[in-house]
Amino acid sequence: MGLLDKEFSDGNIVIAKTEDLFNWARLSSLWQLSFGLACCAIEMMATSASHYDFDRFGVMPRPTPRQADVIIISGTVTLKMATRIKRLYEQMPDPKYIISMGSCANCGGPYWEHGYHVLKGVDRIIPVDVYVPGCPPRPEALLEGLLKLQEKIKNESLRTKTA
Amino acid sequence: MKKAEEIFELIKSGFPGVTVELSADMPTEPIISVDPLKVHEICKFLRDNEDCKFDSLMNLSGVDDANGEKIKEEDDSEIIKGGTLSVYYHLHSMSLNHKITLRASAPRENPEVESVDNVWKAADWHEREAYDMCGIKFLNHYDLRRILMPYDWEDGSYPLRKDYKNPEFYNGMKVPY
Amino acid sequence: MALRTEELILNVGPQHPSTHGVLRLEVELEGELVVKVKPHIGYLHRCFEKHAEAMTYPQVIPYTDRMDYLASMYNNFGYVIAVEKLMGIEVPERVEYIRVIMGELQRIASHMVALGTYGLDLGAFTPFLYLFRDREKILTMFEMTCGARLLYNYMWVGGLSHDLHPDFVRLAREFIQYFRPNIVELNNLLTYNKIFIERTAHIGILPADTAINYGITGPMLRASGVNWDLRKNDTYSIYNRFDFDIPVGQGHMGTVGDCWDRYYVRVLEMEQSMRILEQALDQLPEGDINSALPKRIKPPVGTVYQRVENPKGELGYFIISDGSLNPFRVKVRGPSFVNLSVINELSRGHLIADLIAILGSIDIVLGEIDR
Repeated sequence: MGLLDKEFSDGNIVIAKTEDLFNWARLSSLWQLSFGLACCAIEMMATSASHYDFDRFGVMPRPTPRQADVIIISGTVTLKMATRIKRLYEQMPDPKYIISMGSCANCGGPYWEHGYHVLKGVDRIIPVDVYVPGCPPRPEALLEGLLKLQEKIKNESLRTKTA
Repeated sequence: MKKAEEIFELIKSGFPGVTVELSADMPTEPIISVDPLKVHEICKFLRDNEDCKFDSLMNLSGVDDANGEKIKEEDDSEIIKGGTLSVYYHLHSMSLNHKITLRASAPRENPEVESVDNVWKAADWHEREAYDMCGIKFLNHYDLRRILMPYDWEDGSYPLRKDYKNPEFYNGMKVPY
Repeated sequence: MALRTEELILNVGPQHPSTHGVLRLEVELEGELVVKVKPHIGYLHRCFEKHAEAMTYPQVIPYTDRMDYLASMYNNFGYVIAVEKLMGIEVPERVEYIRVIMGELQRIASHMVALGTYGLDLGAFTPFLYLFRDREKILTMFEMTCGARLLYNYMWVGGLSHDLHPDFVRLAREFIQYFRPNIVELNNLLTYNKIFIERTAHIGILPADTAINYGITGPMLRASGVNWDLRKNDTYSIYNRFDFDIPVGQGHMGTVGDCWDRYYVRVLEMEQSMRILEQALDQLPEGDINSALPKRIKPPVGTVYQRVENPKGELGYFIISDGSLNPFRVKVRGPSFVNLSVINELSRGHLIADLIAILGSIDIVLGEIDR
């Protein structure tokens, strides 16, 4: 994990770049906005619950956007909901990350053709970091998406936000 | 336990001068057609009559019958002129355990049907949905607003009409794929 | 000068941890007391009915999955028997049995989520973890049968997509053995917990006549003391072959029809579902599941209204066929849609904290309310 690979030899002093330290801190406690939209939210709940245990990656649900780091768009974004999601995203403090979970949030999913009230992809209103495909994605897929996000954060530079 | 035919006779004798029709030629369910402006009275009768006792409204659906004249537009889309929009009522009696289906058809240009929300409270949201989706106006409904679509959705645009056209943009968001 | 007072409008949702999705409640408060609740729905309106008109009959089945995503099997169930009724198809015995087995397993899984999240809403975290652990076992069984964990597309018009896995019957029996003691554990942990009873007894009382007038169905209606279950009262499939009871609310901890009763009816229903499961597993006949699959699904002109007892209540499909390959109109009567409409009646005069308890006890799924 960048920081802890360095051996603790004598003196308990670890020397690392500030960037690495910040990135490590960020990626190890990503608080997720507890916010579910549709079917994928149930798989997200299953991921947080006992069998898959999201908590071991430091992901903890936080019901307020003002203290959340990552928002998982778990389900179909409708036109009525889209403006609210944008508002939620704007309320989150920087640095903030977005995982788009499931086909509906990625591109409209099964509702792409006749869904007169479905936004075809959440990336039309907010920028997305990681797309997790599937309808719904299995909990393992969401875990993989989170690991990808952690990888992305790990390589972030302090001066320019890449993720 | 009564059959649809017997209930039809009851309505017919209870409301002389009101057009009611029974269509039993359908392969599955007989349907009783009633006047859309007498629905409230008839439903109240069906609920309170000792032989009917229809105490619950199972379902209320708005339907675009698409039986009018289809006119081709320049951009190859169709609009429908004339014909009817219908409301289907599925009633059920818990105490007598029988059910019937009513249908009220109103002209497409001015689809007005009486509201039954003070007969069965269940009708309230169903009627709002039928208004939202098919644009059927329920007279005397206390709060007829859109329910599923956003409140600021374009007026006169009802998604479940067969000639519905999707708008290009809503609040700056592109709607089609 | 007298102090000026006015009612406070509080907005709950659409992003709120206890609205079970994207429901928005506009609450008028007088101090801490609820004066009026106005639900605003439609934040997950995914145009099911438009899709149903644009698709062929079998293509609609995956969309029914996505309505009540906690009880997808049962949504399939209702839709396929509606179309079968329209076409006059008789399905083989084995198919009927497998459908009932899947339906009842789904009912248990759905109630697990309902009870677990209800505990979560009221501050009990552990039952949620326990119930989700047990739910994984049911999902594993579904997955080995049809390859999906949540949305199955398992029941087809006239048959099923796959036959049972050879291991399925053994696993299902093991699950029943395993889960029975866990219900006792749940009761000790949550049902008879003093804090839980204080939060739910005498709260949100729904009288039977109001319930019927509002069209309330399912566990909510039964909790109000009405003995009404479509599996018995308007039977479909092969439910008349099984011996099971219909639990009704009796007001053990408070008044008949309060939140605790609604909760407890669901606990008892899981036990009854397991009784049906045991009988169905014992009687499960051999046979070909695909013998009744029609080559082409093109029902005659007509209408059908078919209702089934979904875990949440009466799920009705009203299908109009014009004799073509696509349905002319499919209207879904979702149980949560109707059950939610009574919330204003239930929560008037209660504290704002009780509103959360009442909302949780209705057990709504937004995918089905908004469709």
